[in-house]
Amino acid sequence: MVLYRVLSSSPNKPANALQSTLLNMQETIREPMVQDPTQFDVLVMPNLYGDILSDLCAGLIGGLGVTPSGNIGANGVAIFESVHGTAPDIAGKDLANPTALLLSAVMMLRHMGLHGHAKKIESACFDTIRDRKVLTKDLGGNSKCSEFTEAICQRMKDMD
Amino acid sequence: MCFSTLLWGEGYDTTLFATIWTKPVLLNIKLTLVLLLSSVHLQQQGENIPPPAKYGGRHTVTLIPGDGIGPELLNHVREVFRFTCVPVDFEMVNVNSALETDDDMNNAITAIRRNGVALKGNIETKHTLPASVKSRNNVLRTSLDLYANVMHCQSLPGVQTRHKNIDIMIIRENTEGEYSSLEHESVSGVVESLKIITRNNSIRIADYAFKLARERGRRRVTAVHKANIMKLGDGLFLQCCREVASGYPDITLDSMIVDNTTMQLVSKPQQFDVMVMPNLYGNVVSNVCAGLVGGPGLVPGANYGRDYAVFETATRNTGKSIAEKNIANPTAMLLASCLMLDHLNLNDYASLIRNAVLTTMNETRLHTADLGGQGTTSEVVQSVMRVIQSKGQFTAEL
Repeated sequence: MVLYRVLSSSPNKPANALQSTLLNMQETIREPMVQDPTQFDVLVMPNLYGDILSDLCAGLIGGLGVTPSGNIGANGVAIFESVHGTAPDIAGKDLANPTALLLSAVMMLRHMGLHGHAKKIESACFDTIRDRKVLTKDLGGNSKCSEFTEAICQRMKDMD
Repeated sequence: MCFSTLLWGEGYDTTLFATIWTKPVLLNIKLTLVLLLSSVHLQQQGENIPPPAKYGGRHTVTLIPGDGIGPELLNHVREVFRFTCVPVDFEMVNVNSALETDDDMNNAITAIRRNGVALKGNIETKHTLPASVKSRNNVLRTSLDLYANVMHCQSLPGVQTRHKNIDIMIIRENTEGEYSSLEHESVSGVVESLKIITRNNSIRIADYAFKLARERGRRRVTAVHKANIMKLGDGLFLQCCREVASGYPDITLDSMIVDNTTMQLVSKPQQFDVMVMPNLYGNVVSNVCAGLVGGPGLVPGANYGRDYAVFETATRNTGKSIAEKNIANPTAMLLASCLMLDHLNLNDYASLIRNAVLTTMNETRLHTADLGGQGTTSEVVQSVMRVIQSKGQFTAEL
């Protein structure tokens, strides 16, 4: 999971100032992450810690239903995926929240260099969620998956 | 007279055999009695053996100040104890990262063996030291076989947190797992670390968790693992938990993968009751839970072995950056000392000090920096002592 997508960059940190700090797991997880996660920008770590911390952070921002991720390999080979389960109980019923997979697709577009398209889809998606008018059940609304998607498409049309 | 060796094994299997033949019959009887009593002692594996260092009604407890904020916080504990006239004498043993030899560690271990109970601050482990130098806190835990680390995470009334009504008991295996300090670099640039999970220790910790759950009237134990990836290691741990669970039909066992556990903890922590897990996951989960209830300054921790108990703050950090500035939160260490008093069966003193600490925490103006306030350590301690005094208990001078 690429953590920079999960943690929004802190407004106090200028984009070109890279401060690398070695934090041992205890210091990272304890008070900072749970009490004030906004102090973190980019975190890099080995496999197991990444597994744990990425799910922890997903829990902080609303769960796996809204968390995108990407697996990047050498030579630009990459697979982007949502990390939530297959949810067989709601499959085929037009109830699922497409946000996680949609934002993963946005990550993919960025990886491919299609930043304009990525920005557009991402803004439309965030605006729709912020608006709270058309939300799927897991986010507290009553809308269908297709209705939510339609709302995002409509916003993108309005942007043009 | 000759007798063959007395043998006993670690964990649950105790084998005792002694063959004695002596000419003087009296000596024979005495020796047999001693050996019999030792075997009875060894068979009482799960019971709490009261600490022996009690003379004239006063207990002796080993005190290890450690590094960072440890020394100042433990001084405050001594101050509060002196004020409340608690019948505990402290035997101070200095172990800190500044000293190079192992003598201080050995002294500390001997002192704890002698007294049975210790209260300690965290000893810093520098990352820059070579791999062969083990963490001193770890050495202490493994030498004394303090196999269970217990942390009780409760929402405190005076502290504002995002989640409320949290009441989780975390039991963490304390001696093996990822903390076995067994690493090697067979090929340069490729390091292999061994995570050790044994049946004995897993059964032991699971049994401890279920016993504690039963004692405290808890209904559910959640085993935290990553057995989908570490099929043999965590798989064994999980299997041991299930075996132990079958002997406790009144308590439900469920299991959860560690990454999902941390996610659930930050979104719905009220669903958890008692949690049991191997060493590293215990570290992660206890730190997350400490953050959930208000931070590392609030939660006490306890390490129990068969014969010894060591009390400290739950999150085991030295707090180097805030040392000697009078801003550290003394709550965790004071509550740890209350756990110690409970262990020594000095429950009245424990309740008195604990209630005073919780009452003090209700006052927002006394909150220290970690709780978002401006209070100092000494103000908090003074307030605790005033509350104790107001209860009408016989106390020393303020």
